[in-house]
Amino acid sequence: MTWVNQDKCAIVGIGATDYYVRGKSWPRTINDMAGEAILKACEDAGISVNQIDGIAYYSTAGAGYLDKFDTASLMETLGIPYVGFSATLTSGGGGCPGAIGLATAGLMNQDCTYTVTLMALQQLPQHRLGVVFGSSAPNPENSFLQPSGLVGPGHLMSVLARRHMHLYGTQPEAFKEIVQATRENALDRPKAVRRKPLSDEEYWTSPMLADPLRRLDFCLETDGAVAVITTTMDRARDCRHKPAVVHGVAHGGTREWGRAFAWMGMPDPDFASSGHKFVADRIWNQTGLTAKDMDVALIYDHFSSMVLMQLEDYGFCEKGEGSDYVLSGKIRYDKATRGGVNGGVPVNTHGGNLNEAYIIGMTHIVEGVEQVRGTTVNQVEDCEFALVTGGPASLPVSGLVLRRA
Amino acid sequence: MSYGPARVLPGEGIKITTNPDTEPFWGAARERRLTACQCGDCGHFRMPPSPFCPKCQSTRKVWPDLPGTGTIFSFAICSKNPRTGEDYVYVPVVVSLDGTDDARLVSNLGGINAEDVRIGQKVEVDWNPIDDGWVLPVFKPVEAL
Ligand SMILES: [Zn+2]
Repeated sequence: MTWVNQDKCAIVGIGATDYYVRGKSWPRTINDMAGEAILKACEDAGISVNQIDGIAYYSTAGAGYLDKFDTASLMETLGIPYVGFSATLTSGGGGCPGAIGLATAGLMNQDCTYTVTLMALQQLPQHRLGVVFGSSAPNPENSFLQPSGLVGPGHLMSVLARRHMHLYGTQPEAFKEIVQATRENALDRPKAVRRKPLSDEEYWTSPMLADPLRRLDFCLETDGAVAVITTTMDRARDCRHKPAVVHGVAHGGTREWGRAFAWMGMPDPDFASSGHKFVADRIWNQTGLTAKDMDVALIYDHFSSMVLMQLEDYGFCEKGEGSDYVLSGKIRYDKATRGGVNGGVPVNTHGGNLNEAYIIGMTHIVEGVEQVRGTTVNQVEDCEFALVTGGPASLPVSGLVLRRA
Repeated sequence: MSYGPARVLPGEGIKITTNPDTEPFWGAARERRLTACQCGDCGHFRMPPSPFCPKCQSTRKVWPDLPGTGTIFSFAICSKNPRTGEDYVYVPVVVSLDGTDDARLVSNLGGINAEDVRIGQKVEVDWNPIDDGWVLPVFKPVEAL
């Protein structure tokens, strides 16, 4: 059924700091970076920061999971006079596109008029995301996971990838193709952290951090901040750029995925999945569209294997066929034609978390906005619809379809 | 890839905590008994143990002695000791426990070359003493007996 709030809100402002290799942002502070991103997003929208009256977070307002965003502190820092809406999606980076849905909820409820969604992170040596699970104090639940030495998110995902390979014959070459195809898209991105072409040899000799996943299958460890502004369509038309219309957005998931890889109890076929099927089905129901209708897909890529499983969950290909789909070149962006290859939909035209920067999903939203504006570096010709996903992580995960105005 | 022998992680430095929902599992492990949390009403197993049965919402729990065997559901191969960073090949493994309706334990597998580990392989519990007098269930291939 068509979503009642379809095409009623839009993202009108995007702002980001430089992207720094982990730890290199010091002596900047995380609040300094968050503020810069918000001010740039306001400038991009053509509004004053004083007009922000809503904040819609995700990751439980966890800035890189390590610090916490605080609405009152942001208001004081930036001089925001009042807010009528301050809310956060639970769980982790899987909620990133869902936070735009949260913003939409606040806007449609007339709680606010310009809502900011942001993420900032700074991984100083004592604060690395990659080891945050392993170094956290044991509690009664993680005592059933931590002692195994699955200490980081990539370790956990590798166990899922192994099951997928076992069930469906998924090839390691498919993981390589995901990394290489999206690396190609980062080459001419001025702010991208990894901007050199990736040879086969370099990929195959990349250290196995958690077999079957290599270092290059893992996303970047990045410092930086990104913010976006969402508002209602009537206001959006007065903003500086063409609005990126919120056409469909959903967060959630089913209990079979549930605690996901922090639990490892998922039944087949959910275990070897991205846990996105429920959200994908909702988005396609809301919009009447399918994966094939997307002109570009910005797919959360904290680990290469999870791109493949999302392609299946969103229906770019059948379950179990992700490996063949990827290996047939269908996630590639062709610079010559400014479109897909072999009937596929270009994936992560900005380079993604694997190559450009890992700001826990926000760069995918920025790229989705720029694609439907028509202003990005690897612009898809005549781009009308962009899919943005967040997760997999423990629930909720989320997805968003942006539409050209 | 050739890794050589998989070793369980050294028990020293591994810490756990318990609560009233999970303590019976660890108490049994200290006595070298493998158990899992089973619903006292509908018989459904759940791991890690939690207050309510997700199938019937009962709070009644029983802790049967399991056969101590299981099947590898999935695994990874890691080569650095997460505590020290030194080279150390270990295999985090997800084991479907025999005697349950697919309750799973995440553990380590030893007694085998890492490159020979396979999904579907039969394994048997072994015991690894860790900090504070607790004992961790780990696994080895049934063939190694
Ligand atoms: Zn029950």
